[in-house]
Amino acid sequence: MKLTEKEMEIVEILEKNARLPMEDLAKMVCLSVEETEKAVHKLEENKIIIRYISIIDWTKIDGYSGVRAMIDVKVTPKRGVGFEEIAERIYRFKEVNSVYLMSGAYDLSVIIEGESMNEVAQFVSHKLSTLDSVVSTTTHFILNKYKHDGIIFEPDNKDKRIVVSP
Amino acid sequence: MKGTKKTYLSKKATELKPSGIRRFFDLAAGMEGVVSLGVGEPDFVTAWGVREAAISSLEQGFTSYTANAGLLELRQEISNYMKKQFKVEYSPKEEIIVTVGASQAIDIAMRAILDPGDEVIIIEPCFVSYLPMVELAGGVAVQVQTLKENDFKILPSQLEAVMTEKTKAIMLCSPNNPTGSMLNKNELKELAEIVEKHDLLVIADEIYGELVYDEEYTSLPSIPGMRERTILVSGFSKTFAMTGWRLGFVCSPPEISDAMLKIHQYAMMCAPTMSQYAALEALKNGRPDVEEMIKSYRRRRNYIVQSLNEIGLTCHMPGGAFYAFPSIESSGLSSQEFAEQLLKQEGVAVVPGDVFGESGEGHIRCSYASSIEQLQEAIKRMKRFMDSLSLKID
Repeated sequence: MKLTEKEMEIVEILEKNARLPMEDLAKMVCLSVEETEKAVHKLEENKIIIRYISIIDWTKIDGYSGVRAMIDVKVTPKRGVGFEEIAERIYRFKEVNSVYLMSGAYDLSVIIEGESMNEVAQFVSHKLSTLDSVVSTTTHFILNKYKHDGIIFEPDNKDKRIVVSP
Repeated sequence: MKGTKKTYLSKKATELKPSGIRRFFDLAAGMEGVVSLGVGEPDFVTAWGVREAAISSLEQGFTSYTANAGLLELRQEISNYMKKQFKVEYSPKEEIIVTVGASQAIDIAMRAILDPGDEVIIIEPCFVSYLPMVELAGGVAVQVQTLKENDFKILPSQLEAVMTEKTKAIMLCSPNNPTGSMLNKNELKELAEIVEKHDLLVIADEIYGELVYDEEYTSLPSIPGMRERTILVSGFSKTFAMTGWRLGFVCSPPEISDAMLKIHQYAMMCAPTMSQYAALEALKNGRPDVEEMIKSYRRRRNYIVQSLNEIGLTCHMPGGAFYAFPSIESSGLSSQEFAEQLLKQEGVAVVPGDVFGESGEGHIRCSYASSIEQLQEAIKRMKRFMDSLSLKID
């Protein structure tokens, strides 16, 4: 779908801040509130805007013990369906957060979330490596998250400018 | 200086008025939780690639002087940049000097062209340094006031009205600080006619030349006949968010460049070396960051100008820079009173318009070089302030 200049603006703005009041968004792109609402609705209808979510730093929440791992998966692609079928079989698991087809030393990069390292290990050994097409897996646990999807987790946002200047 | 009544200060220094911004800075600096729209610089931190290049230059030991006019490689890049972005060509070896901010460029320009008594037309409201720099260079500043009715654009007739035998130059800043007004190609052509007719020079401060949002920007020396009459001042502070690096440049025909370079070499030697390496990186690879910042400023401008108008602070849509310059007429206050009360009551810092010249009275300068969240908060507080004023009037 080809976007107009204004629609593109809206997408770019909402990608960074989905909670912007419609009135403010309208002002930023110089449209009326109605026109902006209509444009946003159209973007939603066409699944260009798929969903509005929050980026949460779970590590700040007391009692949180979740872990994340990136797993390099080597697979044997099947005639006719290529990597599609095995990718689908993997991403349908609710434990799986993301699946990417990669170039290079392995085929699929799978991101898993679990309550504990043990839970992730169980999933890899029982569910993932037992799949027919999977040849091998290498599991990397994520130790700390500094930046994710362009968002720095502990940003230094302090305004270092003097309060008034010419 | 005990036991003596003699003052060691020069008459010039004694007579120099302190900037009106200073008082406001002192008021605001001690306060907690201030949302500031009073800042004349980008809120963006210099792009990491640029900072990294400076660090790397230090690691490699580039800590000595450069050529007086600046690194030749940097001047070459500036020349390419001016050609690409502003459609003007300057020779890196003869017509470009790298300076310590655009301010120093204006200083050496004034000192290079002014004899005692020479007049320079200052178009107000404007940046606070122009007038003192003319006077410090021995010139006479002749002020012309642009008007709200004309969106703070100077009219040729206004210039004609103050022209004398002694007029040597016009100090022009477009897009303008504090009004954000920008002269388009046709308006510059009209200006050019007067400049030629009266055989003048123009010191064109085009520091905000890339921060334009609607019309295409026209650089004065790109107008036929103007290249030979323009001292073009620009720099890295605004476009590349590099204020603290203190790096600007000045482009002019060889004869003027030679004179400015003499002053520059004795008074400054050269611009800071690490800043020059940073600037080199900014010109080579900083384009995506600049585009991103321009987009962001445009959205913020659209937001703040419409919001200010909604709460009764009427202003035109400024074509460039990052300032809105609303009228505060509806408040019934002077711009100093308005700014001071707004600061004390709601903790929002703006700059009273009169510090930029007489015609700035009745206005305030609101910088929108702040995050949209900060702008939203500022507008919320300003609305409350305006409501409290109308209650008092009722």
